[in-house]
Amino acid sequence: MLGALTLLLVYQLAGEAIVQLTGLPVPGPVIGMLLLFLTLLARGGAPGKLRGTSQALLSHLSLLFVPAGVGVMLHFERLGEEWLALAVALVASTVITIGVTALVMRALQR
Amino acid sequence: MSGRFSEIWVYLATSPLLGLTVTLVAYQAAFWLYSRLKLNPLANPVAISVALLVALLWATGTPYATYFEGAQFVHFLLGPATVALAVPLYANLERLKKTLVPIAGGLAAGSLAAVLSAIGIGWALGASRESLLSLAPKSVTTPIAMGIAEKLGGLPSLTAVLVVATGILGAVLARGTLNLLRIEDHAVRGFAVGVAAHGIGTARAFQVSETMGAFAGLAMGLNGLLTAFLFPLLVRLWGG
Repeated sequence: MLGALTLLLVYQLAGEAIVQLTGLPVPGPVIGMLLLFLTLLARGGAPGKLRGTSQALLSHLSLLFVPAGVGVMLHFERLGEEWLALAVALVASTVITIGVTALVMRALQR
Repeated sequence: MSGRFSEIWVYLATSPLLGLTVTLVAYQAAFWLYSRLKLNPLANPVAISVALLVALLWATGTPYATYFEGAQFVHFLLGPATVALAVPLYANLERLKKTLVPIAGGLAAGSLAAVLSAIGIGWALGASRESLLSLAPKSVTTPIAMGIAEKLGGLPSLTAVLVVATGILGAVLARGTLNLLRIEDHAVRGFAVGVAAHGIGTARAFQVSETMGAFAGLAMGLNGLLTAFLFPLLVRLWGG
């Protein structure tokens, strides 16, 4: 658990360092994910401990969104002014995205 | 007595322990309710926890910054969790290879549809530029979306809220939308939810079936990567 968590942090740190050095417009953890994915490809598998820790972390993924979600209280004023535009955009865009993805994928499966 | 209580609250509220503990307690209460309601998507645990916590902070007059001093320990884990997405992504490598063309096509179309429809509708209804930049990466998982918004002049904390709202909407609206389109394949259903509604959609998909969850997780990881690389280019075209 501790070793796997350290490994995840080392990859994240490497990702952040690469972003700082190259000025890539991509968040550091994304580069970390890419590096870890490439490592797993090269190794031909993920060690059991890394699988266990990742699963534990990802099975509580929805908890990790809560602190950011509570940040809604900082934006009550803006949301009060723009709520209609944002709400319609969110609902319509979410339905459109689900529909477009599913339809294109099904069309290409045949 | 209530004077005593508020003294204790004021003392405890300055320590990170309280913010962290109330986050975990609120989430577990919300999750308990969600299981009691047989995982009804309307009882989304993220939405309920956020509502409980906002009500608590508002009632006690606690500023968000004070709360976040404790909650940041939970928030911090989004970074390593993003890196950890490489593991299920790798585990689905065989499926990925087998369905490469439908996945690549669905991903490209869905990712563009998410960004363009959000910007287009928001712009048509008069949202400000800052709000549009914060809104655009809404279908991508929070750490990636916040990173994108920050680098491009949006408001990361507003993005976080819009991302969470999108995730909840996706988890609630997916079943109806996919049934209406008569999409039955769990791989396709999961993938569409993952592209549109990232981690919250994926958490929901895992509760329906293992296949759906795996494909949702795959979609979330791939869409995060694609949007992180593509979106800055889109903005450069749009702004320049």
